[in-house]
Amino acid sequence: MSFKVPLTPISRPAKASVGKTGLWRFLKPVIELKKCKKCGLCWMYCPDIAVTFDEMGFPHINYDFCKGCGICANECPTGAIKMVREGL
Amino acid sequence: MLMKAVYEIRWHGRGGQGVVTVAQLLAEAAVREGKYAIAIPYFGAERRGAPVVASNRISDKPIRSRSSVKEPDVVVVLDPNLPFMVDVTEGLREGGLLVINAPSPNNLPFKGLKAAVVDATGIALSLGLKLAGLALVNMPMLGALIRATNIVSLESITAVVKNRWSRRVGELNVKGIIEAYNKVQVVNL
Amino acid sequence: MTSRMDVKKLVLTSNYAAAYAAKLARAEIISAYPITPQTTVVEKLAEFIERGELKAKMIRVESEHSAMAACIGASATGARVFTATSSHGLLYMYEMLWWAAGARLPIVMGVVTRAIAPPWNIWTEHADILSPRDSGWLIFFAESAQEVLDMILQAYKVAENEQVLLPVMVGWDAFISSHTAEPVDVPSQEIVDEFLPPRKSAAFLLDVKDPVSHGNLVFPDFYMEFRYLMQRGMESARDIIRKVDEEFGKIFGRRYGGLIEKYRCDDAEYALITLGGSSGDAREAVDKLRENGVKIGLCRIRVIRPFPVQDVVECLSNKEGVIVVERDISMGLCGVLATEIASVLFMNGIQPKFASFIAGLGGREVSVEDFLKMLDFSLKEFQRGNKRVGPHWYGVKEEVIP
Repeated sequence: MSFKVPLTPISRPAKASVGKTGLWRFLKPVIELKKCKKCGLCWMYCPDIAVTFDEMGFPHINYDFCKGCGICANECPTGAIKMVREGL
Repeated sequence: MLMKAVYEIRWHGRGGQGVVTVAQLLAEAAVREGKYAIAIPYFGAERRGAPVVASNRISDKPIRSRSSVKEPDVVVVLDPNLPFMVDVTEGLREGGLLVINAPSPNNLPFKGLKAAVVDATGIALSLGLKLAGLALVNMPMLGALIRATNIVSLESITAVVKNRWSRRVGELNVKGIIEAYNKVQVVNL
Repeated sequence: MTSRMDVKKLVLTSNYAAAYAAKLARAEIISAYPITPQTTVVEKLAEFIERGELKAKMIRVESEHSAMAACIGASATGARVFTATSSHGLLYMYEMLWWAAGARLPIVMGVVTRAIAPPWNIWTEHADILSPRDSGWLIFFAESAQEVLDMILQAYKVAENEQVLLPVMVGWDAFISSHTAEPVDVPSQEIVDEFLPPRKSAAFLLDVKDPVSHGNLVFPDFYMEFRYLMQRGMESARDIIRKVDEEFGKIFGRRYGGLIEKYRCDDAEYALITLGGSSGDAREAVDKLRENGVKIGLCRIRVIRPFPVQDVVECLSNKEGVIVVERDISMGLCGVLATEIASVLFMNGIQPKFASFIAGLGGREVSVEDFLKMLDFSLKEFQRGNKRVGPHWYGVKEEVIP
């Protein structure tokens, strides 16, 4: 094996060290931007920092890391976020 | 019914999907039928979403080995995305069976395998079998497994599930089992 | 003006000798919690810092568990770290001991050996320092105040060796060493600096500019490899300890013989085995028996971990009989030293006559006369054809046992 263990294990900061956790999802949040009032609650409540804003101030989901927990859909005051089943 | 001395099953799922629980229930049902059975969890990174494994051994004789199942007769896959992350059919015996949660048998990444396919996620969602954002697909997968293998009877499974949970939750879980039992499709991939 | 070869002859207790050693080693971080009979070690160090004689940071903590945790954090930044404890304090930091060793941190700690309660007892016994012998700490044991000073300096050199990188505890006996004042040659800072330059080695470093975290989960598929590496560090340490002792001898003019110290052992038919501060009395007893024509020698264990396997085998392979006298009892078996020596002998196919004594628990004195009685008894039993003697609880007051 070319990989050698160090004397004692250490880890360095890494983005999503368990990989693209979007694979865990079976429901995905879909934002209907027409209903969105840009309040930012989805961004605030997202436990995975998977909500980002575009230059217009609209939220978008980073599906690479969104685990599909549905908290954003639950918090959205205008019902702009729907959880949609994902097929294989 | 048992084809060989020790019948071995390996369950693949994610943390939170109930892999450990379902393996225990299967063992309980087998014991209820007078067989010997054990359920062996593998505790890895104990967090939601991480791939997890559990194993069952079922036999007419006392079971001695507690090590993980390496050459299973059946592999049960609770999450359709797992085959892209883990070699779920590793060591599956010649003529072995894959029981998998998928919306349909089309586009499954396997070839030359006998598979029992059921849309366990769809069944769980339609029945409201959900916990903390995860679809509880373990019960439907148990239903699919026993239909495809006859390893234990539907009656035994129903009994242990109702014994485990209170009336309403027990009924709901049994519904999930029966729906998958009726809907599972056995195909050759 | 002081020259590098200047030596100050001071009358010091082992505790003060330890404080002088930590100062001469230029310990940068000291964290400890007071416990009798260790307290004066850290008091003296606090005094050195207060007077500006030692540039070190003293981290005050609320327990020994925290003291070791502070040492672990400090050592992980690359600092040279010192602490000291005893008995219950050592047991309280037991979990942290394993963290320090597993993290491969070259911390040096003084352990003033003391019995464990109940019944409450502040006097010497080796139960405390022998408890963590599986933890990955190197365990040294000194006999005199001079050896405490020298051993602590050597301990840093061994611990910080790239091939070792493991913490070291240096033990000495409560009161009979810790509070007994005796002459000590205190070397100059210049010459100690030559022997022990600033620490450079580390398995990893905590550095805000290059952040890492330590203490990660390692799954069964790699945990064993890390333990293997610790054991390799231990195995390497044997030779490093011998080399450091040699180098020390060249610079300071004092050598101790490495992992064991042999006294009149080479032509001896019998070997007495001891640990710690009572070994001087054992030496006296050996001399007395020699005067009577008994060919006996002393083998004093200086290093308990790594266990001096080769040294013990070489020393004992040609002996008619071996007598182990120790201040500890592994409840439910026998003395720790006797067990370990018997195991090393067995694994190397050596089968001398063997006597084992538990003596001096809870600080009960083990004097020259006591050694003579135990040796006399053993030799008579050997002569009567008994190959295995004991384990005996020497001097236990049978008349008060219900």
